[in-house]
Amino acid sequence: MRYLPLTPQDRASMLATIGAKSADDFYADVPKTARLKAKIAGLPDHQGELAVERHMTKLAARNRAASAGPFFVGAGAYKHHVPATVDMIIQRSEFLTTYTPYQPEIAQGTLQTLFEFQTQVAALTAMDVANASMYDGSTACAEAAVMAARVTKRSKIILSGGLHPHYAAATRLLCEAQGLTVVQLPVAIDGEGELEKSVDGETACVVGQSPNVFGTVTDLSGVAKSAHEKGALLVSVFTEAVSLGLVTPPGEMGADIAAGEGQSIGNGLNFGGPYVGLFACREKLMRQMPGRLCGETVDADDQRGFVLTLSTREQHIRRDKATSNICTNSGLCALAFTAHMTLLGGRGLKQLAQLNHEAACELADALGGLKGVDLLTPRFFNEFAIRTPVDAEAVLAMLEEAGVVGGVRASRLFPNDHLGDVILVAATECTTADDIAAYAAALKEII
Amino acid sequence: MAMNTQGRPTAAPRTSAAAIETVSGSRGLLQREDLLFEIGTPETTGVDLPKPKGLKNRLGGVARKVDTGLPGLSEPQAVRHYMRLSQRNYAIDLGFFPLGSCTMKHNPRLNEKMARLPGFADIHPLQPQATVQGALQLIDELATWLKTLTGMPSVAMSPKAGAHGELCGMLAIRQALIARGEGETRKRVLVPASAHGTNPATAVQCGFIVDEIKANARGRVDMAELREKLQHTDDVAGIMLTNPNTCGLFETDIKEIADLIHKAGGYFYCDGANFNAIVGRVRPGDLGVDAMHINLHKTFSTPHGGGGPGSGPTVFSEALAPYAPVPFVTKDEDGLFRLVEHVDGDAKDSFGRMVAFHGQMGMFVRALTYMLSHGADGLKQVAEDAVLNANYVQARLKHVMTPAFEGYCMHEALFSDAFTADGIETIDIAKALIDEGYHPMTMYFPLVVHGAMLIEPTETESKAELDRFCDSLESIARRAAQGDETLKGAPYLAPAKRLDETRAARKPVLKWTRPAPESVAAE
Repeated sequence: MRYLPLTPQDRASMLATIGAKSADDFYADVPKTARLKAKIAGLPDHQGELAVERHMTKLAARNRAASAGPFFVGAGAYKHHVPATVDMIIQRSEFLTTYTPYQPEIAQGTLQTLFEFQTQVAALTAMDVANASMYDGSTACAEAAVMAARVTKRSKIILSGGLHPHYAAATRLLCEAQGLTVVQLPVAIDGEGELEKSVDGETACVVGQSPNVFGTVTDLSGVAKSAHEKGALLVSVFTEAVSLGLVTPPGEMGADIAAGEGQSIGNGLNFGGPYVGLFACREKLMRQMPGRLCGETVDADDQRGFVLTLSTREQHIRRDKATSNICTNSGLCALAFTAHMTLLGGRGLKQLAQLNHEAACELADALGGLKGVDLLTPRFFNEFAIRTPVDAEAVLAMLEEAGVVGGVRASRLFPNDHLGDVILVAATECTTADDIAAYAAALKEII
Repeated sequence: MAMNTQGRPTAAPRTSAAAIETVSGSRGLLQREDLLFEIGTPETTGVDLPKPKGLKNRLGGVARKVDTGLPGLSEPQAVRHYMRLSQRNYAIDLGFFPLGSCTMKHNPRLNEKMARLPGFADIHPLQPQATVQGALQLIDELATWLKTLTGMPSVAMSPKAGAHGELCGMLAIRQALIARGEGETRKRVLVPASAHGTNPATAVQCGFIVDEIKANARGRVDMAELREKLQHTDDVAGIMLTNPNTCGLFETDIKEIADLIHKAGGYFYCDGANFNAIVGRVRPGDLGVDAMHINLHKTFSTPHGGGGPGSGPTVFSEALAPYAPVPFVTKDEDGLFRLVEHVDGDAKDSFGRMVAFHGQMGMFVRALTYMLSHGADGLKQVAEDAVLNANYVQARLKHVMTPAFEGYCMHEALFSDAFTADGIETIDIAKALIDEGYHPMTMYFPLVVHGAMLIEPTETESKAELDRFCDSLESIARRAAQGDETLKGAPYLAPAKRLDETRAARKPVLKWTRPAPESVAAE
C-alpha cells in the first residue's frame, strides 16, 4: 500500500526488537468482546490512484460548478476569482503540511504570515486588533456574543433581523448553552432600525450586520451610540469581506467587536467550507478574545520574531476557565486570505469592491426594471433581494432550466417568515454583461 | 589546493563555521524577508482588474471614509515573499514530525487534486440541491464510512474541528438531558486529569461543571475514584474520556466505565483524537460510547495547514442520535439526496445549528479519497503500523529515557523527564531535536506526567527514518542525563533562536504599526 513504508521484513525485525509476537500483543488491553478478528465488513478494499480518481470525478461531475454559467447565489458565500498564485502558495508543503506554530524557531513562516494577516484584518475592519482567524463567520459571530457577555458581565444578547439566520442560529445555540438570553428581532430586509431602540440596561451586546443578509448596507453608528449609552457593546457582522473595500467598516461605526466571513478573499466556495472567520476588537478587550493570537517579540540573538501569545486565555493552559474551547483556527484559509489581500493591496481591494458594486447595480436595473419584480433592498453593495409575482422556488427551478442559477430563495433561510416570493441575488466581478442579460431575459419569460 | 584548468579552485578549503555576518541579512539559501508592510506600497498590485465604469453608487452614503492603506505586492514580489517565509517552516513533507496527540502523517497529494475538482471546489452551499447531488452523495458516502468504522448508527458532519465536534457531542448530551427533564439537575461532567484542555473547556461552554478524576499508577482512569465520584448520581451528566488516552494507552476498564456512567444516568463522550491507533481494529460503538468526534485532519490525513482548517464529524449512539445538529443529508425514496436544514419534521428533536452551511466539504473530499485509497484492509494496517512504530520507538529509547508507564503503548510513546540531570528540562531536549533536523515531540502534555515528552511517529514513517530519529534522541537523552549545559542554548541551527514569549505576552504587539518618523523618534 502506497502510503505505508514498512515492509513485512521491517515489521518482523521491529517486533523482535520490541519483544512482541504480533501486533495483536499491543491490543491486549482491548476488552475481548471488542477485538475485531477480521477487517471491518461492508467497506471496499484499497484501490490505486486511478480507481479512486474515477470514483471522485464521477461524483464531482454530478454537481453544477458556479463557473459553468450565469450564477447569482450569495447569502454568506460568494463566487469570486482567486488568483492562481494564491493556490500555489497554499500548496507549498511548508505551509500545507505543518502544524500550529508551537515551536516558533521552526515556524516563523506561518507566524509571520499570521502577523501580517492580523494587521490586514485590523486595517480592513478599522479595528485595533484582530486574532489569527476563527472557523468561519458564523462561529466568529457566536464567539463575539459570548465574549461581549464576558466583558460586560451581562446576559442579554440582541440579534438584528438582518443577521444571517445561520449566524443567528449558531449564536443562539452557544449563548443559550451558557445560560445567556437571546432576543431575536423580527426579520428586517431594509435596515437595522429596530436594533437601536432595543438596547436596555441588561443588554450585553447588540449584533448587527452590514451588508445584511438581504444585502442592505446600514450605518450602525446610531446603534453603537445607543448601545454604549447603556453600557452594552456593538458586535458588527459582515459576510462579504470584499465589501470592506467600499462600505463603512465596523470600526468607523463604533463597533466594539467585528466578526465576519473572509471566504470572499482568497478562498473558493467549497460547498460551504473550509472558510475563514475574521475576528477583531478594540484594544482594551484584547485579553478577552477567543482564538489564537500571534505577537511580535525577539529571539535570543535579539532578532525580530513572532510567537503565539496570550495563551493564558486558551484551553490548553486554562482548561475549564478558558475564554473559549477553540483550539484550531483556520490557518491555511487565513494564508489564502492574506496572500490574496497582498496581491490586491488596498487600492486593488477598493477597485475589486467597485467592480462588484457596479455589477450588482447593473443587475438590479436589469431585474428591477422587469414588470412585476420589486427590488426590496434600498442600499446595497453586491447583493439584494427581489420579490417576484410567482413563488420563488418555481421561479428558480425555471431559471435553472434556462441555465441560470438565479439566487437563494429567502424561504430556505427563513422558512417561517412568509418570504416565499423573495429571492436573494448576488453579483460579483465574475458576473458578465451576458450573464445579466441571460438572467433578465429568462426571468421575463417566467413571470 | 586542487584547481581546474581555468585556475578556479575545485576543492573547498577548511574554514571555521563561526558567525559570518552578511550585508544583505540573508544567509545563503535562507533569504532575509521583511514584513509585507515594509516592502510593499499601496500603489503596487499583483492583480489586473478592469477599470470600473464610474456608475453612481447605491450605498446610500454608507461608504468607507478612510482607505485601508494596505500595501500590495506585484506577483513576482508576492511569490518571493511567501516562498522565503515558507523556508522558515518545518513540515511533514520535509521530515519526521512526531508531535504526540496530533497525528502528523503523510498528506497524500491525490487528496489535494480531488478537492480541487470544480465539481467540489466551485459549488455554493446554497445552490439548488438538484445541482449538487454528487456533493450530497459524497457526504453520505463519507458518513457511511465513519459510521461503519466506529460501529455507531449516526453521524453529524457539520463540526468544523475537533473541539467543535466535542461541542457537538456535549450539546447533544445537554439536549438529551433537557428532553428527560433533567437539564437543570444533571450538570456534573467527569473529566480525567490527563484530558486535552479542550475537554474541560467544552464542558464549561455547554454550561456543565467539571469534576476532575485522577489517573492511576498505570496511566488509566482510577476506578476507585470514579466509583467514589459516582456515589451520588443525581447530578451526573456524563464523562469525557479520550481513548486511547492522552498517555497513549488503551483504557483497560473502558466497558466498565461506560456501564457505570450509564447506570448513573449519564452519557459517555469519547474524545476520538487518537482514533488512528484503533481504526479498523476496534469500533468505539462496541465499547459503550454515546458520542465521539473524529478528527479528519488526524486519522484521515487531511493536511493541518499550519493550524487548520480541521474537521470534526461526530458519531452518535441510538440514545443521542435524535438530538444531533442540523443540517444532515438524507436519501429519499426516489433516490435523491436531500439536506435537512431546519429543526422540524425529521429533525424535530435536534439541538439546532452549530454553523453556517454543511461542514468542511473540502476536508470531506480529502478524507474520502484517503479512505478509498486505503480501503478496509489498509486502514487496519494503518492502525497496526502506527502502533508498531510507537512501540519500536519506545523499545529503542526506554534504556536511556524514562517511560512514563510500563508495558506496551498504543500509537504514541510517553516519557517523563526523570532521566534528565538537574537543570536540564524537557524543552531543552525538544529544542536540541530541532538542530538534529526533527520537529520536537509534544512537550509538557499530558499534564499528569512530569516534563512529559509524547512521541507519535504515525504509520507513514519508514524503519530507517525511525532509526535515525532514535539515534539522535538517544544521544540527546544521554547528554541531558549528563547535564550538558549546551542543550540550554538549542536550537543553534534553526532559522530563529529561542524566542522571548514573556516579552510577547507582557506588552502584546499584535499588528504592524508604522514606525514614528526618525526626527520624532530621536527626541
